[in-house]
Amino acid sequence: MISFRRTRAVARKEFLHILRDRRSLIAALAMPLVLLMLFGYALTLDVDRIPTYVYDQDGSPESRDLIGRFRGSRYFDVRALAGSHAVIERAIDRNEVLLGVVIAPDFSKHLAAGQEAGVQLLVDGSDSNTASIALNYAEALALAYSGELRSKAMNRRGGGELKAPVEPRVRVWYNSELKSRNFIVPGLIAVILMIIAAMLTSLTIAREWESGTMEQLLSTPVRPVELLFGKLSAHFALGMLDMAIALGAGVEIFHVPMRGNVLMLFAASAIFLFGGLCWGVFLSAVARSQLLAYQTAVITTFLPAFLLSGFVFAIENMPWVVQLVTYIVPARYFVTILKGIFLKGVGLHVFWREVLFLAAYAVVLFAIAAKKLRQKVA
Amino acid sequence: MWERIREIVRKELRQTLREPRMRAILIGPPILQLIIFGYAVNMDVENSAIAWMDQDLTPASRELRSRFTASRYFQVVEEPASDLEAQEALDHGRARAVIRVLPGFARDLARGRTTSVQILLDGTNSNTAAIAGGQAGAIVNGYSADLLRDRMREKLVAATTASGGPVTFAIPTVSVRSRVWFNPELKSRVYFVPGIIANIVMLVTVMLTAMAIVREKEIGTMEQLMVTPIRPFELIVGKTLPFAGVGLLNMLMITVAALLVFNVPFRGSAPALLVSTILFLMTTLGAGLFISTISRTQQQAMMSSFFFFQPAFMLNGFAFPVRNMPEPVQWLTYLNPARYFMEIVRGVFLKGTGFTILWPQMAALAALGVTILLLAALRFHKRLD
Repeated sequence: MISFRRTRAVARKEFLHILRDRRSLIAALAMPLVLLMLFGYALTLDVDRIPTYVYDQDGSPESRDLIGRFRGSRYFDVRALAGSHAVIERAIDRNEVLLGVVIAPDFSKHLAAGQEAGVQLLVDGSDSNTASIALNYAEALALAYSGELRSKAMNRRGGGELKAPVEPRVRVWYNSELKSRNFIVPGLIAVILMIIAAMLTSLTIAREWESGTMEQLLSTPVRPVELLFGKLSAHFALGMLDMAIALGAGVEIFHVPMRGNVLMLFAASAIFLFGGLCWGVFLSAVARSQLLAYQTAVITTFLPAFLLSGFVFAIENMPWVVQLVTYIVPARYFVTILKGIFLKGVGLHVFWREVLFLAAYAVVLFAIAAKKLRQKVA
Repeated sequence: MWERIREIVRKELRQTLREPRMRAILIGPPILQLIIFGYAVNMDVENSAIAWMDQDLTPASRELRSRFTASRYFQVVEEPASDLEAQEALDHGRARAVIRVLPGFARDLARGRTTSVQILLDGTNSNTAAIAGGQAGAIVNGYSADLLRDRMREKLVAATTASGGPVTFAIPTVSVRSRVWFNPELKSRVYFVPGIIANIVMLVTVMLTAMAIVREKEIGTMEQLMVTPIRPFELIVGKTLPFAGVGLLNMLMITVAALLVFNVPFRGSAPALLVSTILFLMTTLGAGLFISTISRTQQQAMMSSFFFFQPAFMLNGFAFPVRNMPEPVQWLTYLNPARYFMEIVRGVFLKGTGFTILWPQMAALAALGVTILLLAALRFHKRLD
């Protein structure tokens, strides 16, 4: 039988530990805010205002018209007109610009003659992501310009108006402004919860071993499961508080859309956090040393939650072996749920499998942690 | 003096390498991170799963579909018959986009009207969505341009034969030729792998230095060291030199792996990389030394290194370009040594630049390194007296 009184006593002791260690408490509460600030304000993958140099070898009204379009687009920031290829090359080498637009000397002549007029794009491809987005924008811009010229030419020659036969009409769902903040901030909750589990829980039992207070605990009538529940409840409260902070700040300050059910969100977070905490306790019981417990916790919880969960880096882009590995990363399921609730506004009927997996994972880890603790204590 | 420093270095090396757990920490996490970063951090968008919703079912719509499937960017994973099914495909995340060809597509084309193809994007991951949307738009535009060319040709032929003049097809077009430098295949791995050097060198050396000194304090051997004739300066040099060696070794390991396993080009000068790594190590060792002076226990040292590492990692341009950050944060990154080292590493590997172009970054690193190391050493010195 689990005694509620004894469990409460352990929980109380653990709460006092947390409250008294000011540095760790402040760290635990400040972390979600620091991470939110970083990701909400500072870090974005959105590509706009690409620094650009233009080398206009033609200097005709037509070439200036094209340059004007680059200037007018919010995706490009035409810093200067370069006088030669070398200027662009040097600027790219020095990371001053990413894109060089070179208009050939016979640009307007070819256009007037109804021929193909060339525009060369020089791109710094080292950041492939930014480069491919920049290329897309530049090509679309040139294509639109070309289309206009053609229909004008047709008109002049009495061919009548000719419009593009097919045009793509793009509609974006869930995150219509395509802001990276909107998908990063929800995923951050998974990372924050995992940091709590890794940084704090992994140390609790190892610390008792190292400082020798474990023996004292053992001499009390408290049982392993009660010890586990007591230790978990304190950190669980801390974790849920962090998650509430992250949710509040994300929605209020960063205006991340929250389209789904808040209760569902809390329930899923509770399941995920519980599993993570059990894992932390388990590592702590196995390692017996704070350094080792912490190291393994970071490698097994924080890193996968950061890299293999689809939080920033899309899982579909990974090689299939790595994709297989992500299936055993609980954060992967939790991030799917988070994005579903926040952005898609969907409910259990869509992600019941993910919730089921998280629940199973929490139960299994709880059993393992309890068993390990019983072995160590007995 | 050099003799005493050598003794400390020897003791430190022996102590670090004797413990199997420490040996594992020196080698394990760097390799693990290299593998995870190298393989998992991939932003290339290819083979996007799309749902093809064809409400027209004509040769024209099939032609458009074959253009999608022939490109390496898309694969059709399902064919929803209704809006509801299309929505479900996106809700469940089975498809990144739904391409919808509306009924009357071929008919409108035949009549010379402008018709549209709907591209419904799952914008959850704004980055992949923007790229996939661009790719889909380009395919539709390409199809449209081909149709337009045929149509113009017909019209011009009709017009010129009617007027009796010579038949010409001259229509002006603007063609774009792109030349991608440094990473012509636009592989994100080529961009990320060199950057791992900065992250791992920073992570390993800051934490090891801080922990090694705090451990002596925690178990009380610091007093024993103090009663020896060794001087604080010699102690600092002796304590940090071995970890500088570890940092250099990590750099070498990752460089070799980058070249052999990940096939990343190395175009620049190796001496520039070596000199910069040493300059960068001055900043990380200084940071580790500083953390050791403000921590009493290993746990505190770990926490503090984590709080140093997190912002330094996020704000160094590894995954998130510095250019995109708001101005005040960009100013802040000028204080981040990892930011300069990141630019140097990428410059040397990918752009083939050397001292002539990278000297401002190196100068910044040197200035930061000397400052941090001096401050930390002074503080450490005071603590010991």
